[in-house]
Amino acid sequence: MASLKITAKKNLSKTSRRNYLTYGLVILAFVILQAMSGSLSSSLKGMLVPICAYVVMAISLNLTVGILGELSLGHAGFMSVGAFTGVIVASYLQDTITIAPLRLAISMVAGAAFAALAGFLIGIPVLRLKGDYLAIVTLAFGEIIKTIFTNLYVGVDGRGLHFSLLEDKTNLAEGGKLVVSGPMGMGSIQKIASFTAGFLLILITLAVVFNLVNSRAGRAIMAIRDNRIAAESIGINVTKYKMIAFVTSAALAGAAGTLFAMNYSTIVATKFDFNTSILVLVFVVLGGLGNMLGSIIAAAVLTILPEALRQFSDYRMLVYAIVLILVMLATNNPTLRGYLDRVKGAITGKHSEKEAA
Amino acid sequence: MFSKLVPVPSGSMIPDRDIDKSPILECINLGITFGGLKAVEDFNLTIGRTEIAGLIGPNGAGKTTVFNLLTKVYQPTKGTILLDGHDTHGMDTMKVNRAGIARTFQNIRLFQELSVEDNVKTGMDTQISYNMWEGIFRLPRFWKEEKTAHERALELLSIFNMENLANVRAGSLPYGAQRRLEIVRALATNPSLLLLDEPAAGMNPSETAELMENIRKIRDTFQIAVLLIEHDMNLVMNICEGICVLNFGRVIAKGSPADIQANPAVIEAYLGKKKEA
Repeated sequence: MASLKITAKKNLSKTSRRNYLTYGLVILAFVILQAMSGSLSSSLKGMLVPICAYVVMAISLNLTVGILGELSLGHAGFMSVGAFTGVIVASYLQDTITIAPLRLAISMVAGAAFAALAGFLIGIPVLRLKGDYLAIVTLAFGEIIKTIFTNLYVGVDGRGLHFSLLEDKTNLAEGGKLVVSGPMGMGSIQKIASFTAGFLLILITLAVVFNLVNSRAGRAIMAIRDNRIAAESIGINVTKYKMIAFVTSAALAGAAGTLFAMNYSTIVATKFDFNTSILVLVFVVLGGLGNMLGSIIAAAVLTILPEALRQFSDYRMLVYAIVLILVMLATNNPTLRGYLDRVKGAITGKHSEKEAA
Repeated sequence: MFSKLVPVPSGSMIPDRDIDKSPILECINLGITFGGLKAVEDFNLTIGRTEIAGLIGPNGAGKTTVFNLLTKVYQPTKGTILLDGHDTHGMDTMKVNRAGIARTFQNIRLFQELSVEDNVKTGMDTQISYNMWEGIFRLPRFWKEEKTAHERALELLSIFNMENLANVRAGSLPYGAQRRLEIVRALATNPSLLLLDEPAAGMNPSETAELMENIRKIRDTFQIAVLLIEHDMNLVMNICEGICVLNFGRVIAKGSPADIQANPAVIEAYLGKKKEA
């Protein structure tokens, strides 16, 4: 019994220790990158905000795929909703709120809110069904959102916001500005996204996801993933908890979308297409389902990789694919895994000694 | 309030101490057909407030189907289920559980990736009232209710002396412990009727003996009714006060363990008809 107690204690701190490790590594990475910001190449510097956005995307998708156990193939759609909403709100508030970080924060909240609304509307019919319908519907959602935004015109002038579809009928007053111009996308975006904002968004995302997972909602969500029938049999409201997970995931993707868009001067709706959705899914799968730290690392590495492979020019994506395959083979290699487990054991062993002392 | 709530449709199995109280469960002419197959037909059963009842029968007799009807995994095509006097018509599995029926499964259905404690706490979800935001922002109600849930989970686990396993992953528990955990999880929902689907399956004789004690203990402590499906006749005859025998979806006998053991129809269903010389 005594030995059982010890393993129990070890397991107890395992989850929270892992969470603290994740927070710690993110903060460490931020501090290091800030410290050496002078010596970073300009191309890498320009990628810091997109990396943050993709990290948030990966964490949020992991909530749907890893924790809830449902496949979403249109996560870029929520990013798109967040991006467009955020930019429109930021343009609208440009004169009212002059402090850029505050404007960015409000835009992100708006982006998250609209993405959450989109997630909620999709979730109403789909999350009641059993089976892989979410994958099909989110796939369609991503395409629909892309088409809508490619045909959307939004202008802002003294009288407020003006919307029109298919052609520009906004009839802006003098001094008005077309924020979204159909297939041309959004031009002259205020570049108010910063690495610090991205870092804070990652921390908030981690806090939301970890705290959600380690509460009654997280237990119920994972219970539904592990065994839906058993979850129903103990009175769990399956639809409600699926909705909580999916809408939270969508909202975080929306905030990431706002951050992403605010880093570029122009952005088009086709940027958030099926490929982007799959890219984020690759981060999640490669990082490990339910493993947030893995998602963060995978998102960061795989966003930098294509840039780092620029020297291979035309063969860039070929090398990218080979690297992906090698990583997957390596992480499934029993010898390598055994070695990694031993290293892990040594580290955690030292940890528990420290705690005992 | 209820004076001698008999007549019961087809002979009560209610023990004497419960006879003055309304029964916890009444099934009236319950039936379900899959396509043309009548899986369960004209099923009548009454269970007293604190009764331990058994549901037995040969393989494929429809015992688990009855459980699935009671918990609305299948909607009955015929008949009525009265739980504590209320018709459960139109309820789904979740609502039936909230109304007071909890169950375990023949093929264990635990939340494999969750810890033992979290499996039990998941069963308490309906008794926890903090909302999603209070959970995300870690507001006072979260800490207070999580503390209560933690204490209660350990208390429930202590029925089976499993408190030490609280942080172990449920999927890595040995088979017998998984069965016990399922019972604890079902109990965590505060049921008034506990359905156990082959609780002793895969257990050795000493584990089974312990389980019998624990089923009695659960009934005595929580004052609830237990209906169990079991093939271990030693267990059934020892702890059940009333037994209902199913064969080919129909009730062929009902009564006390002694009655059932002597019933020729039951013997025939289990052993076959005596050849005429």
